[in-house]
Amino acid sequence: MATSFAGVPIFDYEALASVLFFIGLAGAIARRNPLVMLMSIELMFNAANLAFIVFARAWLNNAGQIFAFLVITVAAAEAAIALAIVVVVFRSAPQVNVDDVRVLHG
Amino acid sequence: MIPFWIIAAVLVISALWTVTARKPIYSVVSLLLNFAALATTYLILHAEFLAVMQIIVYSGAILMLFVFVIALLNSGIAPIVLGRDRVPVAPAAAAALATIACVATAIAAVHAPAIVPIATHSPLGAVGRGNVFGSIGDFGQALFLSRLLPFEITALILMVAVVGVVLLAGDLTPYVPTRRRAEQARRALREAILREGK
Repeated sequence: MATSFAGVPIFDYEALASVLFFIGLAGAIARRNPLVMLMSIELMFNAANLAFIVFARAWLNNAGQIFAFLVITVAAAEAAIALAIVVVVFRSAPQVNVDDVRVLHG
Repeated sequence: MIPFWIIAAVLVISALWTVTARKPIYSVVSLLLNFAALATTYLILHAEFLAVMQIIVYSGAILMLFVFVIALLNSGIAPIVLGRDRVPVAPAAAAALATIACVATAIAAVHAPAIVPIATHSPLGAVGRGNVFGSIGDFGQALFLSRLLPFEITALILMVAVVGVVLLAGDLTPYVPTRRRAEQARRALREAILREGK
């Protein structure tokens, strides 16, 4: 058996992180509301953070914690910019189908 | 062990509620619960500083941003979203495959040899004590001594995000207070006060 802490094997923490990640992925794929899609992406960020912190604890090396810190920063920047895009898109038209928002394709 | 399973149940249920809630504000509330439970998990895993950051940055800043945007967009009467939720076949199949791959990897990891700590920055100790693994002192030393460059890149990312948000959503026409505008504002205020008096 691999490392366990607080009486819980590392596998259980990893299973929890992957379950949370795929709940977020399902939300990002299936939901049509852009705000809920963004919140699902936040769920995925958090699942990745949990995995980083679990492995930091397992290896007793806080590189994983620092990586989680960077992920929190990137998530904050992503949320700010994505919400700005949502506000801009929905300010120009009151009702928008998210599949039709293609101006950012480049 | 039992606290972990309670927290795990709270995490999964609140995540499912976030994804399935009909109104985005309910999603925000359940996401708040999810973040709080996750911060508890971080505490169990000796990541004290990150538990506090989770509450401050995610619950305090990001979720408040979501709430403000919901308030801004829902001030109209009509629902903002057209179309129904859908499950596109190709991404769903890819996600299912990825799930199976993840579970298989995790099962393989169970049979891997036990993890041996390689680089201990600080000894493991009770959460809340100084100079133990994951404490603020330990994390700060690692961040500012051995990993300063990633921290500086973080600052750059945040600055780029701020500039991007202002460019995207900000009103870039400069506000010039002229004497005429000041006079207009004063007159409007006087009329509003007079109307209020009647």
